[in-house]
Amino acid sequence: MQLLYLLIEIVVKCVVVFAGLMIVVAYLTWLERKVLGHIQIRYGPNRCGPFGLLQPFSDAVKAFFKEDLVPGDSDKTIFVLAPMISIIAAISMFAVIPFGNQFTIPGTDWVVKLRLADVDIGLLYIFGIASLGEFGIVLGGWASGNKYGLTGSLRAAAQMISYEVALGLSVVGVIILSQSLRLTEIVNLQAGGFWNWNIWYQPAAFVFFIICGLAEINRTPFDMPEAEAELACGFNIEYSSMKFALFFMAEYAHMVTMGAVAVTLFMGGWQPIIPQLSFIPGIVWFCGKLFIFLFFFIWQRGTFPRLRYDQIMKFGWKVLFELTLLNILITALIVSLRG
Amino acid sequence: MILPILKGLALTLNRFFSKPITIQYPEEKMPPAKRWRGIQYFEKNERGTTKCVACGLCMAVCPSQCIYIETAEDEEGRRYPLTYELDASRCIFCGFCEEACPVNAIFLGKNYEWVEGDRTVYLMTTERLLEEKKLNP
Repeated sequence: MQLLYLLIEIVVKCVVVFAGLMIVVAYLTWLERKVLGHIQIRYGPNRCGPFGLLQPFSDAVKAFFKEDLVPGDSDKTIFVLAPMISIIAAISMFAVIPFGNQFTIPGTDWVVKLRLADVDIGLLYIFGIASLGEFGIVLGGWASGNKYGLTGSLRAAAQMISYEVALGLSVVGVIILSQSLRLTEIVNLQAGGFWNWNIWYQPAAFVFFIICGLAEINRTPFDMPEAEAELACGFNIEYSSMKFALFFMAEYAHMVTMGAVAVTLFMGGWQPIIPQLSFIPGIVWFCGKLFIFLFFFIWQRGTFPRLRYDQIMKFGWKVLFELTLLNILITALIVSLRG
Repeated sequence: MILPILKGLALTLNRFFSKPITIQYPEEKMPPAKRWRGIQYFEKNERGTTKCVACGLCMAVCPSQCIYIETAEDEEGRRYPLTYELDASRCIFCGFCEEACPVNAIFLGKNYEWVEGDRTVYLMTTERLLEEKKLNP
């Protein structure tokens, strides 16, 4: 019986998280267009429902009814598989994110932990799956049989791999401080007010993490694989219909996950700002902090011009790599000196 | 390097909270310019028909040759256009017809919204031109 309850709990949690993530992704596209619109002193979508709130659904319906093209020159199996790899990786990254503490179902003594999986290598899992997601982009562009797609793929491979190094190095400081890869443990160590958050102990790492995260999810200042200006959409140039929509959703799901990881590592996860406010459920705090990050991701897209490809590579290898290493060195020195 | 980045972010945030300058087109409209040259209309005379005397000057001056006139005389000896055809799909809205008209019969109005799926509808007759007067009080 206990096993059955556990199974039901897991299934319910999976469904709820998946549905929640999909809704967030859908409305993130709406939010992005709305925020970018207002940054450019216009309205953004406002025709479809009140404030354009039905826009994601009309986009989904449109994507469904578009013609699903598979180019003759493409490697058909990989061409079809690539968007699936992308979206599966983007969604499954969310499995280890702790988005709340735990609560007891009223009337029973059944404790529900608000995370799908509490594995002790959580951070490692996230980095592993994040690299897997790149295969979707690389294979998708390569299998298209299109020179722009191939160029986009090459850029994706080069850029994401070089930024993954700095991304991985930037969180090592946090790992040194918390001495754990388990995300719940990292969050629990940041309990008791905002002055305990890792962002105050690792400010440089936080900045590097955000920059590398943006490069990792191909957001606009670093959107080399999807260079609209010179590659005409890069890796997804041959994709249409739901395959394109899957890439699109994967990009936004990736963005949500990157924001969630940043919240977990640096902003105290579900922990309230001050301990007195702990009567507000942790999931509200988590979503609030996540929203700040998502808004920032959109906000900086509306602000910064795109970098050139060689500038990105130079910045990644000649600046970020060294600075993150230096950050680890200083953190390790201070931690070992304090004993 | 950091300061310009923050300045840029501050600027875009400022823009984000300012009121959009969009004019919501079908509901709100930009008033056309004072000297806007839109779709033509006919002025009426005291008998309620067109002022046009079918002199043919507009037909002669029209650079895109979109005006065609057949002249006729009524029983009192007044000239009037038996057919007056203005192909609005070919008109370039230069306003020469308005300038050439000796009796101030044809004017270029303010209307700029006219979309049809069939190009024969753009062939404006006398009646259509008189009707267009209602949009230009």
